[in-house]
Amino acid sequence: MQKETPQSAVTMRGIRKAFPGVQALDDVDFDLGASEIHALLGENGAGKSTLIKVLTGALARDGGEIALQGQPVEFASTGEAQAAGISTVYQEVNLIPAMSVLQNLTLGKTGGRFGVISWRRARAQAQEKLDRLGLKVDLDRALGSHSVAVQQMVAIARALDAETRVLVLDEPTASLDAQETSALFEVMRSLKERGISIVFITHFLDQVYEISDRLTVLRNGRKVGSGRTAETGRQELIAMMIGRELGEVEAAFAGERRAAEGEPVLTARNVGRKRLLQPFDLELRAGEAVGLSGLLGSGRTEMTKLLFGAIRPDSGTLEMRGKGRVGASPGASLEAGMALCPEDRKAEGLVGELSVRENIVLSMQAKRGWLNRVSRAEQEKIADEMIRALAIATPDAEKPVRQLSGGNQQKVVLARALASQPRILLLDEPTRGIDVGAHAEILVLIRKLCAEGLALLVASSEIDEVVSSSDRVVVLRDRRKIGEISGGEITRDNIVTMIAGNDG
Amino acid sequence: MSALLNKKYLPFYATVLVFVAIFLIGGATYRNFLSMRVLGNILADNSFIIIAATGATFVILSGGIDLSIGSMIGFVGVSVAVLDSLGWDPLSSAILMLIFGFAFGAFQGWVIDSLDIQPFIITLAGLFLLRGLCFMVTVNAVPITHEWADLYSDIRIRLPGKGLLRSSAMVMLASLAVAIFIAHFTRFGTNVYAIGGDRESARLMGVNIRRTTVMVYAVAGFYSALAGVVYALYTKSGYPLAGNTLELSAIASVVLGGTLLTGGVGMVAGTLFGGMILGLISTLIIFNGSLNSAWILISSGVLLFGFIVLHRFLVSSFDIGNGR
Repeated sequence: MQKETPQSAVTMRGIRKAFPGVQALDDVDFDLGASEIHALLGENGAGKSTLIKVLTGALARDGGEIALQGQPVEFASTGEAQAAGISTVYQEVNLIPAMSVLQNLTLGKTGGRFGVISWRRARAQAQEKLDRLGLKVDLDRALGSHSVAVQQMVAIARALDAETRVLVLDEPTASLDAQETSALFEVMRSLKERGISIVFITHFLDQVYEISDRLTVLRNGRKVGSGRTAETGRQELIAMMIGRELGEVEAAFAGERRAAEGEPVLTARNVGRKRLLQPFDLELRAGEAVGLSGLLGSGRTEMTKLLFGAIRPDSGTLEMRGKGRVGASPGASLEAGMALCPEDRKAEGLVGELSVRENIVLSMQAKRGWLNRVSRAEQEKIADEMIRALAIATPDAEKPVRQLSGGNQQKVVLARALASQPRILLLDEPTRGIDVGAHAEILVLIRKLCAEGLALLVASSEIDEVVSSSDRVVVLRDRRKIGEISGGEITRDNIVTMIAGNDG
Repeated sequence: MSALLNKKYLPFYATVLVFVAIFLIGGATYRNFLSMRVLGNILADNSFIIIAATGATFVILSGGIDLSIGSMIGFVGVSVAVLDSLGWDPLSSAILMLIFGFAFGAFQGWVIDSLDIQPFIITLAGLFLLRGLCFMVTVNAVPITHEWADLYSDIRIRLPGKGLLRSSAMVMLASLAVAIFIAHFTRFGTNVYAIGGDRESARLMGVNIRRTTVMVYAVAGFYSALAGVVYALYTKSGYPLAGNTLELSAIASVVLGGTLLTGGVGMVAGTLFGGMILGLISTLIIFNGSLNSAWILISSGVLLFGFIVLHRFLVSSFDIGNGR
């Protein structure tokens, strides 16, 4: 246990916070040293976000103490925390895409007498913020026209000012590719050298080892361990987080890979759409899990949407066994027994205001048509079954989905797709933003579904996930299908080589 | 200047282009149309709509809507006229009504934010309430006879080519200039764009949503009241049905001016041209003489529709909307 020294930037002692039905934080200690990068780890719902919100004044704590550089502090709002030198960048980029980079950097931070803005001063101020991170971004362009990575950098630039001593980054790398991530790490290191302490929340273990000095692991609202990153082994870390070794789960799956033998249930011929994805052929077979691998922007999401009819193809045909041509619209696809779990669950997957139950029965109801209502009793039965089967952590089926953690929201998306009893299931990034524990659970689930005769297509940005969960892998590069591998050929190295384009 | 070529100004340029095009078409079709005189008249005749639309621009930029505009114009009109008959001078009654408009708008904004109710329904209630109040004040048309009202209509600046810039047009241009300043050079203005762009993000970025929302509707109320004063002085009377459905013309002007109804994107200056386009259309049809006034509404509708489609196209092809 770290001793309390004047060296530490933030000391949190005995933090407690309860939400209705859940003890989110139970007697949690957290020490952030001066100029260190501290990884905060834990499963979904472990209490990471709550701890951060307590630290930054976004939530009032029920008990415990917080000290900033040895001085007890009490923040009533994020503004007060910011003034005291604690800046936060939230998981989803919380800026305004329609406004210029300049306005995003200076919103609420400029204004002289009578609230009149001097754009000359604001511009200088914004430029200074960018310079602090060594960024070169056109200040006048709308933020939304930049890539997510740039938006993320701008969000960090905005959060930082001259007084910042503590920077909290909540899953900053979730939507960045490798190159963008390393650029971010560069920035983090230089901030650290300037004496800024960084709390880094992530679920990528590689990144923890790459960048962090120390780490703290939370599980179910309690601190289960902390220490120097270099002295904490990977197995030990995973054990702390989920209490069992993930490697076994994955190895077990890789071993039971089967050759394709089921009947083809979905056949795509020459399906494509200009500028989105070049025409491709693809067969999905019953009882087989097909992985879809490729870099960000290679067309993974587009392929799932084309197959589902969410994007209308401008060439080719899609045929489903026994149903003839399909793929005209999401409604028709659902009707034919296809289901899609989209990547962006916040924007496309879930209706946040509706309850878990209502979200689960949504597409089922759509499939039946509006006249044939699913009775309340039936809805409750299905919802309860799904909550149990997928181990969705919610006090009851009536809780609004918005209030669940990311991993549990993802499970609701999955539950909804399964409730319509599809023959073909398309999963786009089923484990995005999900911790190791839920990750393994979802992989187990994928296997189980396959064994029951479902045809699966899983698009994923994590190669290891594809390797461990697929019978066959489709590889995409630059919006083009470049090949398929199966059986023993499915290895990390093979896929990387294909994506890199070394095979010609 | 890359700022001038900024994609977000495209809808604004489109509006100006349409305005110039219609003006030129009118000039090519009718003698005397393409003149400062017609321009001056359009400015004066539509000044109150443009003033009200200027206030509505803030509301729409913030992602809201204000339906109480027309009734506010009517209520302010009859109030000024009745106060005139009680011996008030127009300046005092105007000041009183501007304060009322500001306060009424602020109250609407406060209700919208604090009770988290759709602005549509709150301002619809405001529409009914104020229109009802009009008839409480008077059921007749009341003339304004104070000598200052005559003085007001006598103020004019000569423009080259027999054109006149009337006092109403001057008030409109001045209030527009103030609005442009507020929108683009104050913290409040930036906050309006921010909450219209993404309310939740704006909150996390430290924007005071409550204060901004209250101010947005207060500003809109103020501009509506100003439009009412201008309308009363321009027509030298108050009439309880005045300004009926004018809120819809104001909203149309804002949208024609390039502001997205979803909020966060647009320019106050565009609203001037949006309002002028509507004015141009009616002038054109009046010039024609053989077409009846139904054609004013029909062509306004067609134009509005065309413009929305054009916007849709511009927004999706040039990434200028709210989407990421």
